[in-house]
Amino acid sequence: MVNTTQKAEIDKIYKILETIPDPEIPVINVLELGIVRDVDFADGQYVITITPTYSGCPAMEMIEVNIKAGLQENGIDNFTVKTTLTPAWTTDWITDEAKVKLKEYGIAPPVEKTSDTSWILNEEKTVPCPQCDSTNTKLLSQFGSTACKALYKCNDCLEPFDYFKCH
Amino acid sequence: MKNKIAKYLIQLGDNCLILGQRLGELCGHGPALEIDIALTNISLDLLGQTRAYFQYAAEMSDDFDNEDQIAFLRKSSDYRNCHLTELPNTDFAHTIIRQFLFDQYHQLLLTDLMNSNDEKLKAIATKSIKEVNYHLRFSKDWVIRLGDGTETSKVKMQEALNTVWRYTEELLRPSELDIEMEGLGIGTNPDQLKEEYFEKVKSVLQFATLEIPENKFFGKGGKEGVHTEHFGYILSDLQYMQRTYPNQQW
Repeated sequence: MVNTTQKAEIDKIYKILETIPDPEIPVINVLELGIVRDVDFADGQYVITITPTYSGCPAMEMIEVNIKAGLQENGIDNFTVKTTLTPAWTTDWITDEAKVKLKEYGIAPPVEKTSDTSWILNEEKTVPCPQCDSTNTKLLSQFGSTACKALYKCNDCLEPFDYFKCH
Repeated sequence: MKNKIAKYLIQLGDNCLILGQRLGELCGHGPALEIDIALTNISLDLLGQTRAYFQYAAEMSDDFDNEDQIAFLRKSSDYRNCHLTELPNTDFAHTIIRQFLFDQYHQLLLTDLMNSNDEKLKAIATKSIKEVNYHLRFSKDWVIRLGDGTETSKVKMQEALNTVWRYTEELLRPSELDIEMEGLGIGTNPDQLKEEYFEKVKSVLQFATLEIPENKFFGKGGKEGVHTEHFGYILSDLQYMQRTYPNQQW
């Protein structure tokens, strides 16, 4: 059981995590992206559990380093960062606030839930342009600037844009 | 027993490692910017999956202490990848046909491994399949687009298919380890995926208006550590840094 002091410390850790951005998409933090799965106290230390977005995501090590540095700067040394694969990360965990921030940053947020399987039948979803909100957009490439994004083009404002693909 | 599971994980990881390395060669050399990025993204996913297998294998193995030793310090005959994964990139037709024929196998394999009674292997499969679904979608799309494309693209795709086809059956040929792991509920006997694999692959190839080659002979040996002549070259690239600067770290 977590006692009151530990509970307060866990809350403090969450506050610190809110200030740690994703290295590739600096407008959203590691909590909003759903990378941090849990903060707990066990066997005499605080355990921060994180999960990778993609198996090969090169940002993971950076995120771990940033979490460690952020906690240490705030006087917390008694912790460990643990990586877990289950349950597997999904874009369903990206918070609604974060989706708004993504759009403002110029990245179209995921438009569907992962439980939606229409893509198996090659049905393309309409992804609205984050610049002008037009739905007259076109998929240019299924893989964008990072593993988690696809590349689209808006046929109205003619701007290309990244789409945070459903995963 | 733990050591046997480690060997099985290494066998699974080797396909991802070698194909990931092959695709990595195209970084900066893809036929178009978007394709370059796509192929290297797939490479990155495969290398990430390799790390998950090898990190777990290092925990279970009597022979290795860490993932780097497994990836970089084995002899050619200790690698267990199928020949298909070590084939050269040649051109985009060969690269994408090879990718499609692998992705379809990979998807069926992971779907089965998601039922493994080994919790960690199950977790790796559940994580990886999301990525592989996407790889398959990409490669399938290009096979159809170019197979049923222009006169030139069709000829090139057919040539590539004729070359790579003979390496498909090995993917579905069980090694002794596959059979043993299947018996324990840990792994998959790929022979059980064979029917579905060829059914799915053929339906896409037919849709792409390509002719299915009628091979009598299929390559084999990768799972026993016997590789094609292409393998030595890819290995020397892959291992160069660790062989030249042992225990080098980033």
